[in-house]
Amino acid sequence: MVENRPFLTVITHIVLVLGVAMIALPIWITFVAASHDEIRMLQAPIPLMPGSHFADNLKQTLFGAGLSGDQTPVWRMLLNSLAMALMISVGKIAISIISAFAIVYFKFPFRMGFFWMIFITLMLPVEVRILPTFEVVANLGLLNSYWGLSIPLIASATATFMFRQVFLTIPDEMLESARIDGAGPMRFFWDILLPLSRTNIAALFVILFIYGWNQYLWPLLITTDTDMTTIVMSIKQMLESAEQSPQWNVIMMTALLAMLPPILVVIGMQKLFVQGLTETDK
Amino acid sequence: MAEIKFENLTKSYGATDVLHHVEGEITDGEFIVIVGPSGCGKSTLLRMVAGLEAVSSGQISISNKVVNDLEPADRDIAMVFQNYALYPHMTVRDNMAYGLKIRKIPKDEINRRVEEAADILEIRDYLDRRPRQLSGGQRQRVAMGRAIVREPSVFLFDEPLSNLDAKLRVQMRLEIRKLQKRLGVTSIYVTHDQVEAMTLGDRLMVLNGGYVEQFGTPIELYQRPASLFVAGFIGSPSMNFLPAQVTNGKAVLESGAQLQTSAKTSGGVILGIRPEHLVLDEKGQIKVEVDLLEQLGSNTLVHGRLEGTQSPIVVSLDGIQTIDAGVVLSFDAPPLALHLFDTVTEKRIE
Repeated sequence: MVENRPFLTVITHIVLVLGVAMIALPIWITFVAASHDEIRMLQAPIPLMPGSHFADNLKQTLFGAGLSGDQTPVWRMLLNSLAMALMISVGKIAISIISAFAIVYFKFPFRMGFFWMIFITLMLPVEVRILPTFEVVANLGLLNSYWGLSIPLIASATATFMFRQVFLTIPDEMLESARIDGAGPMRFFWDILLPLSRTNIAALFVILFIYGWNQYLWPLLITTDTDMTTIVMSIKQMLESAEQSPQWNVIMMTALLAMLPPILVVIGMQKLFVQGLTETDK
Repeated sequence: MAEIKFENLTKSYGATDVLHHVEGEITDGEFIVIVGPSGCGKSTLLRMVAGLEAVSSGQISISNKVVNDLEPADRDIAMVFQNYALYPHMTVRDNMAYGLKIRKIPKDEINRRVEEAADILEIRDYLDRRPRQLSGGQRQRVAMGRAIVREPSVFLFDEPLSNLDAKLRVQMRLEIRKLQKRLGVTSIYVTHDQVEAMTLGDRLMVLNGGYVEQFGTPIELYQRPASLFVAGFIGSPSMNFLPAQVTNGKAVLESGAQLQTSAKTSGGVILGIRPEHLVLDEKGQIKVEVDLLEQLGSNTLVHGRLEGTQSPIVVSLDGIQTIDAGVVLSFDAPPLALHLFDTVTEKRIE
């Protein structure tokens, strides 16, 4: 649409600029706060221009004890979060693509029953089933482990449902043609289905990685060992240290570091991500 | 190289029968076209030969071996699909080579076969492209190439030309025919297009509602259609059908016209005459009141009604003709051009 109304242009730009400011300003303040020393951050008013302590803060946050000395270094938390996010996204994709394959391409008794059972779990996110799930994980002895962090979050229907829809768009002739070519079910899966779902896998990976990375409640519940703390949890904990005033420079640096990996994943997989969400032609 | 045999072949989905007692033998190297309107079961029959549909009862044998329970890959067939079913993520070369790779054929042999097929089909320049970068006709060739490299004993074609434009369809039709002659591979080809069927097939199997109406050469079907359905389906424009009474070797039409016939029957029949077999003749018995003309250049189709009745009738006249609506023309038809069909069974009466 091409419109030439200056007044409208001004209004739309104001709205856009306000929108950008609402998103960008907190991030800017985070960045600024992460570049000043502790003392400056406790004085009013808060600075709006970057200071000169960015490198020191980075070093202190990543490797030094973040806060009062008995805290886990942030690199360890980053590693925990990364492990959890990767295990959740890879695990979810692996399990759901296989179950979608079974549901779409094989005839077995109660096939639709199983599909609906999986589908119904959509209504049971972690928050709803958190107590029984905790009980199960505790009984399995998975508290304070990567498995405990990730497995309960792997089981979910969204991805299965999505892969089912993707597979249903692949014409039947593709399977028939592969059968005539002599490809068995697993061969068909590896050679045809997986490559054809490549972009969908990528899109799902981005979504799931961010989902896993941002988990807060579940890790909070099942990790007591500070070695297993994830970075999202730790930000909250840093604010709550009772004995002293919060070290804003370190907290903000941690927040910056926590934002980084999801951004990198999105940027790195942007092209595939968009293709995966929009491409319909198989 | 293979013969194919259908014995009392039946297919049903639940209580619905879609194919009834199909019988037929296909000799080695023959090109068979299965033709019929949509929903007649022709694709189902082909897919049963391919092994993509289970046989409900009866037998299919290829080279004297019953294949009912064999996997598609073990039947020594290759199939060309209507939508080509090329693997979109593979290059043309990989598409053609995929089946051979699974069969663990040595690499240099695969390359040799792919390149040979590419030369036959003139697609050598596209070998490293993806299907989506090709036009419809090129994809069609790749689909055929994929069938050829397998060196199967039977080719199966499922309406392979119906996604192409009219001109390309005629061209590919000829190429498929030439290719099949050259390779001498037994082929079954499914189409709903009777012209395609007539030009391609050594023999045609006409299916209607799951029954084989007739199985014969194109000329047999044209000259001696076994049923009303075949008579109406084969030939363009299609045959005229007029109700008639037969007495003493004469067929009497509604208009009172009397035509000599050699058929030994009497009573009510359906009389069939092809539009191109009606001959202008001033003394002719068949009088047609002209409604409108279709000028096709090489011939003119005259649409009209049998005089004094509402029965529509089409006549094909040579060349360009100009006739006004309302004019009554007289035609004669030689006894051999008359086809008589039973009014109840719709079968041909000799």
